[in-house]
Amino acid sequence: MFHLILFLFFGAICVAGAVNLLVQSHPINSALSLIAVMASLAAEYLLLGAEFVAAVQVIVYAGAVMVLFVITIMLLNAGAEERTKGSRVAILIGVPGVTIGGVLVAWTLLYRSNTRAVPIGALKGDPSDIARLLFHQFLLPFEVTSVLILIAIMGAVVLASRPEAVARGPRKDG
Amino acid sequence: MEIPLSCYLVLSGILFVCGVLGFLIKRNIITIFMSIELMLNGVNLSFVAFAAQWHALSGQVFVFFVMVVAAAEAAVGLAIIIAVYRTRETLNVDRVNLLKL
Repeated sequence: MFHLILFLFFGAICVAGAVNLLVQSHPINSALSLIAVMASLAAEYLLLGAEFVAAVQVIVYAGAVMVLFVITIMLLNAGAEERTKGSRVAILIGVPGVTIGGVLVAWTLLYRSNTRAVPIGALKGDPSDIARLLFHQFLLPFEVTSVLILIAIMGAVVLASRPEAVARGPRKDG
Repeated sequence: MEIPLSCYLVLSGILFVCGVLGFLIKRNIITIFMSIELMLNGVNLSFVAFAAQWHALSGQVFVFFVMVVAAAEAAVGLAIIIAVYRTRETLNVDRVNLLKL
């Protein structure tokens, strides 16, 4: 019962934050509601027993990625978004289509699937178990992601620096 | 007290649909980018829920990889947004309709 209450509480925060992200017009409000969504998703991961994933969710997503977003919003001095024409068609077609699709998926999952119930802490997501899997079975993907991160860092530095600074190349001081 | 897996999947579906809706109706490029992150989060939740049901820890490792790729993508994407803003002086996607400067 306690488990159900926790699930519903954090699920409600998740959905409220996601809807708030849609209705807010200023990007900084959307970013803050996205942080609320990610933090309550970390609580849902804890309910599922995924301790390591919950910690990484808070540190990487709610921490690092969202700080990057907020810094970009402040750097570009983004104001409230202006309404332009052309998005009307997207609303007219997209909202009913997405609603129908969502209801269909939810109905299929709730009534036409033979999924079992998930007990609390069903699977021990200990960091040691995750690490054993990560450094034995998934060693190659793990190393490849390090190369990916390196390339992403270089790409971000090149893209975000001023074009004339990239064209001039490294400064030669005598 | 056990919670059916379907509840987790429905929650993940709701988050994903909210992300798709934001991607469609938002005009600010940063908010569109945040909608993509929301979609990734919804998928991550279903990964963890299925991992718990099938007692397979590799699902959680997959979530870890998704987070790593999403962090790299956020860094590059925000750098692209800064570069676009520097040349176009706008964040509205309707005004960014040419690849050429």
